Amino acid sequence: MTAPTLSSPAPATSGQLATFRLDGDLYGIEVEHVQEVLRSQQLTRVPLAPTAVAGLINLRGQVVTAIELRERLGRPPRPEGTDPVVIVVRLHGEAVSMLVDSIADVVDVDAGDFEAPPDTLEGQARDLIRGAYKLHGQLLLALDVQKAVNSA
Amino acid sequence: MDGLDDIVEEFLVESHENLDQLDTDLVALEQEPNSRERLSSIFRTIHTIKGTSGFLAFNRLEEVTHVGENMLSRLRDGELELTPRRTSVLLQMVDTVRSLLTSIEANGGEGSVDVSSVVAEISAAMENGDAPADAPAAAPAAAEAPVEAPARAATRKTPARKAPAKKAPATAAAPAKRAPRAKAAPKPAPVVEEPAVELHDDLPVEPLTPAAVAEEHPVSETVVDHPEGEAAAPDAAGGQTRRAVADSTIRVDVDLLDELMLLVGELVLTRNQIVQNVARQTDTDLIRASQRLNLIASELQEGVMKTRMQPIDHIWSKLPRVVRDLGLQLKKSIRLEMEGRETELDKTLLEAVKDPLTHLVRNSVDHGIEAPEDRRRAGKPTEGVLTLRARHESGQVVVEVADDGAGIDPVKLGAKAVQRGLLTQDALTRMSPADILQLIFLPGFSTAAAVTNVSGRGVGMDVVKTNIESIGGTIEVESETGRGTVCRLRIPLTLAIVPALTVECATDRYAIPQISLQELVSLDAEKAANAVEEVGGAQVYRLRGELLPLVRLTDVLGLTSERHDGHVVIAVLRSEGRRFGLVVDRVINTEEIVVKAVGGQLKAIGLYSGATVLGDGTVALILDVQALARRALRTETTDRQESRATVSQASAAETERQRMLLASIGGGRRVAIPLDTVTRLEQVRTESVEKVGNREVVQYRGAILPIVRLDRHLGAYGESDREVLEVIVYADHGRSVAIVVEEILDIVDGESAIRSDIDDMGLLGSAVLGDRVTELLDVRAAILAADPQFYSAPPSALNPSSAPSGVSDSLLEV
Repeated sequence: MTAPTLSSPAPATSGQLATFRLDGDLYGIEVEHVQEVLRSQQLTRVPLAPTAVAGLINLRGQVVTAIELRERLGRPPRPEGTDPVVIVVRLHGEAVSMLVDSIADVVDVDAGDFEAPPDTLEGQARDLIRGAYKLHGQLLLALDVQKAVNSA
Repeated sequence: MDGLDDIVEEFLVESHENLDQLDTDLVALEQEPNSRERLSSIFRTIHTIKGTSGFLAFNRLEEVTHVGENMLSRLRDGELELTPRRTSVLLQMVDTVRSLLTSIEANGGEGSVDVSSVVAEISAAMENGDAPADAPAAAPAAAEAPVEAPARAATRKTPARKAPAKKAPATAAAPAKRAPRAKAAPKPAPVVEEPAVELHDDLPVEPLTPAAVAEEHPVSETVVDHPEGEAAAPDAAGGQTRRAVADSTIRVDVDLLDELMLLVGELVLTRNQIVQNVARQTDTDLIRASQRLNLIASELQEGVMKTRMQPIDHIWSKLPRVVRDLGLQLKKSIRLEMEGRETELDKTLLEAVKDPLTHLVRNSVDHGIEAPEDRRRAGKPTEGVLTLRARHESGQVVVEVADDGAGIDPVKLGAKAVQRGLLTQDALTRMSPADILQLIFLPGFSTAAAVTNVSGRGVGMDVVKTNIESIGGTIEVESETGRGTVCRLRIPLTLAIVPALTVECATDRYAIPQISLQELVSLDAEKAANAVEEVGGAQVYRLRGELLPLVRLTDVLGLTSERHDGHVVIAVLRSEGRRFGLVVDRVINTEEIVVKAVGGQLKAIGLYSGATVLGDGTVALILDVQALARRALRTETTDRQESRATVSQASAAETERQRMLLASIGGGRRVAIPLDTVTRLEQVRTESVEKVGNREVVQYRGAILPIVRLDRHLGAYGESDREVLEVIVYADHGRSVAIVVEEILDIVDGESAIRSDIDDMGLLGSAVLGDRVTELLDVRAAILAADPQFYSAPPSALNPSSAPSGVSDSLLEV
């Protein structure tokens, strides 16, 4: 866990972000990390696991851990009756998945639009969000995938 | 490698494999120097390399293998005898060949590898087998023995086939190689027809007469007549068999296998869906086809998975050489034994274990096994034994590196750790000896008094531990001072197929590796109400009279059971020699599961050894029975328990870790009995107690069980008119006694016991258990009161008569 990120240089990168929605906000992750996106999968819960671990899914015979991103970002649980979407990311050769509300477009972002996370952002979320891209009428929060799926 | 054509590539691959085999063969040959079979096999390998290298114009390679082949052919024909020196130069040759091959592989040419020195070495060793190649005394020795050189020359220049009738070659060779101080000649000496007999006269200690030597090798006499034919025949035959073996296997890229593996996984899932759908159809042809699909997919899955498994021998085969070289270097005599070399492990894991394992072996040779003099002084055979063991154990491969060396002294180790500031003295005193041993895995820890060039090169046990843990394995060390050390690696089988029992608990399914499973017990509500008892809050079940501690899976996992009908399903599991019953909601079935690794977050929980995909595509967690047992039973590892059983005088430290069964004996007094000594708990009706003389007995399972009433034995005054007696049965060597108590109360840890030696009749002393003063009772006396012959019949393993502190024979009274 890193210290508060006030002075840490947020790497402003241009490129493509795969975006998704979570509790009304728009988030993005580097498109090259994304392996695939799946509709809701059957989850096997893991007793005694950290709360952010939603369970295990079967990805064509591979067992992949699913991280509940709402929990990870300190958001309220997903409303009853709505199914999450599974984003499978591949980090260091290992597949991990994240549960989000819905998937959105792949967006081209420009480093010029990047800003450090707003000071009002608090708690867990602050560590996981690298910064925000100012899009038309909306902020795109750049998620640090690595941190999001690690030490959940 | 792209500059090479196929023929060179094939040559390289084949040669590398052959060289590995050579290492093993050469070392094995030292043990049985007369094995013509092995010699022939080595000869053939070198011969093949030589032939191909000549064909491919690798001249230096040809040069080296040529001299090597010469020596081997003479060894094989019995003209030369295999000595450590000759083995060494042959191994050296193998190394040179290997570096030549590496160079060819990297640059397409032989590069700058120098072969002249090894060629000279081999030539020299051919003349003179006994001299240690590296001794500094070589020059003076050679000077002192000018006669030897001619003798050697004579041997060399007189090929056996030229003197079939005479014993001269053999005679000359024998004394020369036995000359105790004979050294390597700097260059081949001039040919002098010096009679070898003279040299022999110089060596009166030589026990073998020339004639005897010649008789030892009668073969040479027959061989000499047609040496060419002899050499050619087995060669051709051997070449053919090897070709056959090579043709039966092909090399496949591991990535391709991974790809196949994934595809098969998808196929299996699709298969599952089809099978489920077809089950609702009525078309018999379709059903039949789906059944075939089902079978074929399963077999395909299994087959593909097997392709990645390799026997651990693949990495072990290199170790005899390591041990041999290191042993020679350190002047230790070490025998390497291997058990379970066929144990299979995923290839990736195999690679990952290789270095840590080699390190452990080097460590054992370097630090574990003592020098021969030390061993003799300690009353051990001078030859040290290093044992490698591998076996499958609940979805893991257990690899042990055991030596019979000096062991690790926990006291020294602890002192060192404190000295290094790795922990405080206070923390140390609170640690058990077994825990102290694990300190060697702390970074920057080396107990070697002197850092040798063998170990202690900065690659410590901490690195071994890190490496093993990075593949999801564990490492532990056990040691007995003076007796040896065992390093045990537990490596998961990420891709192994394990037979498992699937159970349901709180609507989820879990897999339990069959290897830990002993039996299943199902109790209906009525039975369960009686059969499951509580001992101080802990549930136990009497399984055929023996107490089986019960662990509820729901409790361990923090879930709530979905089963409310009172039925109890118990999976009787064994972990590290300890038995316990795991209570689950229901048993589903048994199936072969594929162990998949789980991510780091889940590994850290320490309850799951992996996960698997069940037949219907759902993911199920695989329970780590060992971890479960450790967590749920919270007692020492069995290994420690076992070692305690063998150590007759249990130390005070061990006493303090005893688990005690608390029982009241009436008159407000309570007894704590070491749980180890309790075989069973029983209830006996008072009316069934009979008298034999003035002793009380009860008929029990077709035998007569003597009874001692602890209240009377200890002079307490319990109520004597009870209908049912609570009895603790203690059995040893086929004899049993029953100790009657008033009531079983609890099981406690005797950890904080502070002992004093205030004693009384039948007591060994007293202790503070919890916050109450307790008296330590002599179990032996209690048992003898019931059965005076109890210990006399067969001599007991622990003879407690002289050791009243023997814990397993004592009772603690609270």
